[in-house]
Amino acid sequence: MHDSLSSGDPVSFYGTELGSRLLIGTAQYPSPAILAEAVRASGAEIVTVSLRRESGRERAGQDFWRLIRELGVKVLPNTAGCHSVKEAVATAEMAREVFATPWIKLEVIGDADTLHPDVFALVEAARTLVAAGFQVFPYTTDDLSVADRLVEAGCEVLMPWGAPIGTGRGLMNPYALRSLRARHPDIPLVVDAGIGLPSHAAAAMELGYDAVLLNTAVAKAGDPARMAGAFRHAVEAGRLAFLADPIDARDMAAPSTPVLGTAFRD
Amino acid sequence: MKIIVNGEAREVAGPDLAAALDELGYGDVVVATAINEAFVPVTARPAHRLADGDVVEVLAPMQGG
Repeated sequence: MHDSLSSGDPVSFYGTELGSRLLIGTAQYPSPAILAEAVRASGAEIVTVSLRRESGRERAGQDFWRLIRELGVKVLPNTAGCHSVKEAVATAEMAREVFATPWIKLEVIGDADTLHPDVFALVEAARTLVAAGFQVFPYTTDDLSVADRLVEAGCEVLMPWGAPIGTGRGLMNPYALRSLRARHPDIPLVVDAGIGLPSHAAAAMELGYDAVLLNTAVAKAGDPARMAGAFRHAVEAGRLAFLADPIDARDMAAPSTPVLGTAFRD
Repeated sequence: MKIIVNGEAREVAGPDLAAALDELGYGDVVVATAINEAFVPVTARPAHRLADGDVVEVLAPMQGG
């Protein structure tokens, strides 16, 4: 099923077609080997990466970069930890050079406790980066007006949160996510952050979202590779369900077995 | 001259960013650089003169979500 789904139903980000609708983060795994195993089990074709200070002596980043290149996946660098437009733009420019991609997962954090995006700075940074030739994947809230502004700024993908980063609470506001989907039917939408269980990922796909991005739910699971496989199946199941046009929920029971010809009834 | 590299005070001969990176052990390492919060591309490093008190960031690929 996976093969036919992959080949027949690609998702496109800025003109790049991908078979997998699961994007996976590379942080917090127990070891590099387990990270590699989880990425393979997830079937993901895009992984998120970051930039951090490198010591001229220890060079920790070089081994990590070699591992990612060996996995043969596309990288989506982030601007995690940036709290201002200036920091985010400079980090994006550094990421473009190091990772040799115009893709950037744009995060501008407004509150350190909740990691709530600063949506005003996000829109401003997105505008600056689009003008500089970046292909921006903004990590945003489920706010409709902010989504409109990001699209006006030139974003061709939006990544609203399901819940705050690392909380694993699933889709806090399915109504808002459904509204966003209806408002922007032609923009690829990715639920990014807050996913804790495969059922959350399936629910996002059933709403018609194009993809799901997660990290902690796999990296911090007792068996990351097995959980990565579970998410792979959940994302595919949710996508198939969406394509199959689900029934509407109703309040009263409706018999599924035909009533006509029931014994003992005239 | 005295500069700040990744938050630590360092003494380098300079005079430019490329030379300072060599001196600090980054010669063959894949890194991106910024000075005083502004990106400096690889190609601009040899021409970028350092000044006392410059704040230099040297970043490399790292795990991210």
